[in-house]
Amino acid sequence: MLDWPILSTVTFLPLVGVLLILLTSGNEQSAARNARWVALWTTLFTFFVSLFIWLNFDNGTADFQFVEKTSWLGGGVNYHMGVDGISMLFIILTTLLMPLCILASWNAITVRVREYMIAFLIMETLMIGVFCALDMILFYLFFEAGLIPMFLIIGIWGGAQRVYASFKFFLYTLIGSVLMLVAMITMYYVAGTTDIPTLMAFHFDPDLQLWLWLAFFASFAVKVPMWPVHTWLPDAHVQAPTAGSVILAGVLLKMGGYGFLRFSIPMFPHGSDYFAPLVFALSVVAIIYTSLVALVQKDMKKLIAYSSVAHMGFITIGIFTFTTQGLEGGILQMLSHGIVSGALFLCVGVVYDRMHTREIARYGGLVHRMPRYAVIFMVFTMATIGLPGTSGFVGEFLILIGTYQVSSLVAFLATTGVILGAAYSLWLYRRVVFGELVKEDLKDIMDVNKREIIIFAPLIVIALWMGIYPTPFLNVMHASVDNLLDHHQTAMQAIQTILNAAN
Amino acid sequence: MMYVLIVFLPLLAALIAGLFGRAIGDRGSQLVTSGAVGIGAILSWVALYEVCFQHHPAMVDIFTWINSGDFDVSWSLRIDSLTAVMLVVVNTVSAVVHVYSIGYMSHDPHKSRFMSYLSLFTFAMLMLITSNNFVQLYFGWEGVGLASYLLIGFWFKKPSANAAAIKAFVVNRVGDFGFALGIMAIFLVFDSVSFTDVFAAAPDQAGKTFEFLGYHVDILTTICLLLFVGAMGKSAQIGLHTWLPDAMEGPTPVSALIHAATMVTAGVFMVARCSPIFEYAPDALAFVTVIGASTAFFAATVGLVQNDIKRVIAYSTCSQLGYMFFAIGVGAYPVAIFHLFTHAFFKALLFLGSGSVIHAVSDEQDMRKMGGLWRHIKITYVMMWIGSLALAGVPLFAGYYSKDAIIEAAFSAGSQVGEYAFWMGVAAAVLTAFYSWRLIFMTFHGKPRASKEVMSHIHESPNVMLIPLYILAAGAVFAGMVFAKYMIGHGYEEFWGEALFFKPENHIMHEMHDVPLWVIVTPLIATALGILVAFNMYIRRTDIPVQLAKTHSALYQFLLNKWYFDELYDFIFVQPAKAIGRFLWTFGDGKVIDGLGPNGISGRVLVLARRASQLQSGYVYHYAFAMLIGVAAFVSYFFFAGGH
Repeated sequence: MLDWPILSTVTFLPLVGVLLILLTSGNEQSAARNARWVALWTTLFTFFVSLFIWLNFDNGTADFQFVEKTSWLGGGVNYHMGVDGISMLFIILTTLLMPLCILASWNAITVRVREYMIAFLIMETLMIGVFCALDMILFYLFFEAGLIPMFLIIGIWGGAQRVYASFKFFLYTLIGSVLMLVAMITMYYVAGTTDIPTLMAFHFDPDLQLWLWLAFFASFAVKVPMWPVHTWLPDAHVQAPTAGSVILAGVLLKMGGYGFLRFSIPMFPHGSDYFAPLVFALSVVAIIYTSLVALVQKDMKKLIAYSSVAHMGFITIGIFTFTTQGLEGGILQMLSHGIVSGALFLCVGVVYDRMHTREIARYGGLVHRMPRYAVIFMVFTMATIGLPGTSGFVGEFLILIGTYQVSSLVAFLATTGVILGAAYSLWLYRRVVFGELVKEDLKDIMDVNKREIIIFAPLIVIALWMGIYPTPFLNVMHASVDNLLDHHQTAMQAIQTILNAAN
Repeated sequence: MMYVLIVFLPLLAALIAGLFGRAIGDRGSQLVTSGAVGIGAILSWVALYEVCFQHHPAMVDIFTWINSGDFDVSWSLRIDSLTAVMLVVVNTVSAVVHVYSIGYMSHDPHKSRFMSYLSLFTFAMLMLITSNNFVQLYFGWEGVGLASYLLIGFWFKKPSANAAAIKAFVVNRVGDFGFALGIMAIFLVFDSVSFTDVFAAAPDQAGKTFEFLGYHVDILTTICLLLFVGAMGKSAQIGLHTWLPDAMEGPTPVSALIHAATMVTAGVFMVARCSPIFEYAPDALAFVTVIGASTAFFAATVGLVQNDIKRVIAYSTCSQLGYMFFAIGVGAYPVAIFHLFTHAFFKALLFLGSGSVIHAVSDEQDMRKMGGLWRHIKITYVMMWIGSLALAGVPLFAGYYSKDAIIEAAFSAGSQVGEYAFWMGVAAAVLTAFYSWRLIFMTFHGKPRASKEVMSHIHESPNVMLIPLYILAAGAVFAGMVFAKYMIGHGYEEFWGEALFFKPENHIMHEMHDVPLWVIVTPLIATALGILVAFNMYIRRTDIPVQLAKTHSALYQFLLNKWYFDELYDFIFVQPAKAIGRFLWTFGDGKVIDGLGPNGISGRVLVLARRASQLQSGYVYHYAFAMLIGVAAFVSYFFFAGGH
């Protein structure tokens, strides 16, 4: 344990960067350059500091660690931060992806660079805050406010259809969060506290649980996103700048899954149990439906966006199996998906920066001019289709193992996604990278440069590390996941007696 | 330590050649990879001696892979007799193919990449055969699939090669789908995925049922059938065989290594490895027998009419794998593995021999454009004869010991499926002999049909390609007579140790030695018949094939188009998948979800926003921003007002 408030430090460090950028002055060009460097150093420094969280993390306990609690705003609301085995790695994921995003935006963003970097840094603070917050109000603030920078990033630095996309994004999430808000207010009235650990131990009335669960589900399902509220994602991805897509796929989508783990399952065990079949049904539809849709996409980013929906379908299934393998697989798959789909969007960004098109048909035969790029893209293609030895496999396989314990039918249907996933991913790769290089404008395309290699190298290492030796990651989760499951089981037994008595 | 070296040297070599290929040059890559696999090959023979003759099986634990709750998987090596035999097969053929590739790929600009892929494949295959649990087996299983994908698509300029590579991967994934479900079922039932635990507990589950997809079914039968679906994909059994002929788009050494000797036999290996489970699932074994026998016959019929020299051999491989499967199906596991062992030598020989032919005639693969080559490439010619004699099972050659044993085992099984397999096996033997000699006669005899220019360039291959052929030829001649008595003779139990399991009532290994004389003679007659008919049709009366194709054009087309499997699958699966995808995209996502949801609403909002924007700043997002702030303010007020 550390004697300084490391969580707050990590959460608010990016704001120091914001301050520094605001202080810089000078003409447009030098301000932009300064902003880039400040953002890069800030995010790098935040990453290194955040590693101390992992280094000092105690794998043996399910309790919240590095807890900070001070009274805030009077009343029952506290500034309460802390992490456990479920949330901790998401912080590392966030701080890892940020510097890579800044690097990926180095040359791609040329207008309003200062504002862009500020938006990213604020977003980092808000995202880390979501995973640290142990008070419902605090969580809500981080959770909702995190949308604003993303919304701006798509709306200002996005593609041609950016306004439509950001509006769609906004509408969906707004409706979800309004319902979540109502639920939170209700919880406060019933339980009299906004403290998350207290709420986790609180027993809500079984009937009320169903309503609360649905209200939270509305918000989290949009974030994940689950079918049929997924259509904002392809548009948002297509319009977002590369780094925006990376953060969207890498971190923002994970907040939905994290929400299920932090709120829905521990606080509404009955609701989670009752609606698990609904989650399975929607997820299975998502896996098969969006995989088929991905098969026929003409836009690279859209294809990867649809594949994200399919992958997130695996995660929601895993979480609601209430098995160790399903939950740990789900968390690991979220981390893996953050790395791998983020990397795939970066891969698209590499060629988009050069050709300014994402249309698959405009490419072909890139391997002749870009052999290094071909290798990088291949690694992540294999990771996304879950080849054993890559991170994609471990999570996906654990989820399926857990799912099979609950229902062979769900496992059977979900596994079909493994076939379709191979089909659309390999077909995309073939159309972009393989074949003769015939298109005139591709003939002098350049291979990945040093900056891009620096971006990809850590991602490749992690994707393989998680695939070959995922133990360090899984060890973090064991205690918390076991605790969550034990808690769920005892709660379910208690509810069963209540329900039996009522009948 | 030796075992760790055997497995990981190829990985090391693959990484060196792949990452530093430019630095160490083509020759460097070739030396590193061939050297590593060559050492592995020598050590493998040592391992065979240690394990099978000195009876020292070994287990090596490397480190934990995945640990989640009860699910605990380690990277580990299990070296028993079955593994040792496979090590010898994989590493010997791989080493030979590595060396051969130095010559064969000498005109290719991407030599280090090719060598790196070959070594990577070898590593994945070794992980597969040394695994001590189902998940590492799956790792190797998909790893060889990846290597196969990369190597089939090695000439990535060719659209046909790319298509074949994807097809191979996706069709294999269909098989893996079953395999993965099988592993999940195993974990559900046994609470473990390690071979040791599962095999020990298998007898207790015999006859019990569990729920699968809403049906109550026999546990072990279901698990075995699911695993076998995986084997069908990898070993190209009927239904999931369509990728194998297309895989011939890859360079010929690849066909020899992956699509003849090693990877495609992984399915046979896996089922043999799981003999402790299959033995208690007689219905699954019957299914394996029928599929194997049907494939043996089906693939041989298609092989009759193919004109591409490599495709003939590919269908032959498919057919021979069918033999191995029905041997397993009747419970004669050692015979299946023995055939796998001998087949690796003579089939690799045939492939590399045909590679030598292709090399000689300027990369032509169509036998209709060959003919009369024997005078020019005599050594290759002899090698192809040896390979064909072994394949057809002519006495004293390797195939005679293993293939005839399979047919005899099928007969002595005494079951209906056994009888079916016996007759299919005999029929396929006729066809095998026929297509093998059709290949020889069309390629080497008759008048040259190649252009003058090609004929003038024709040349025997260099030694770097011929020496590998000699090694394999030695195997094709001697592997049978030397190893028959150990592997399937009366000493078989001692040789295999604990690696293969027989139920107490399974006596097939003894009964197969006591079959009537006519059963022993029938395959020989079948072979002779096949050769004679081929001689008649392609040497004496070359007009017969043309006549036959005309008079029986429906049958000819049926065979030539491979029983229309590809067309059928395209019609049932590929086109509908795309059509449904398009429908779901434009109608499901576009019209229904977006139409009812966000577009309806956002359309309104946008109109409003546009109107409002004329009054104010003009960017819609400002409004969104304002809305969020508004919501937040409202919320805060609500909370604190309500809280007190």
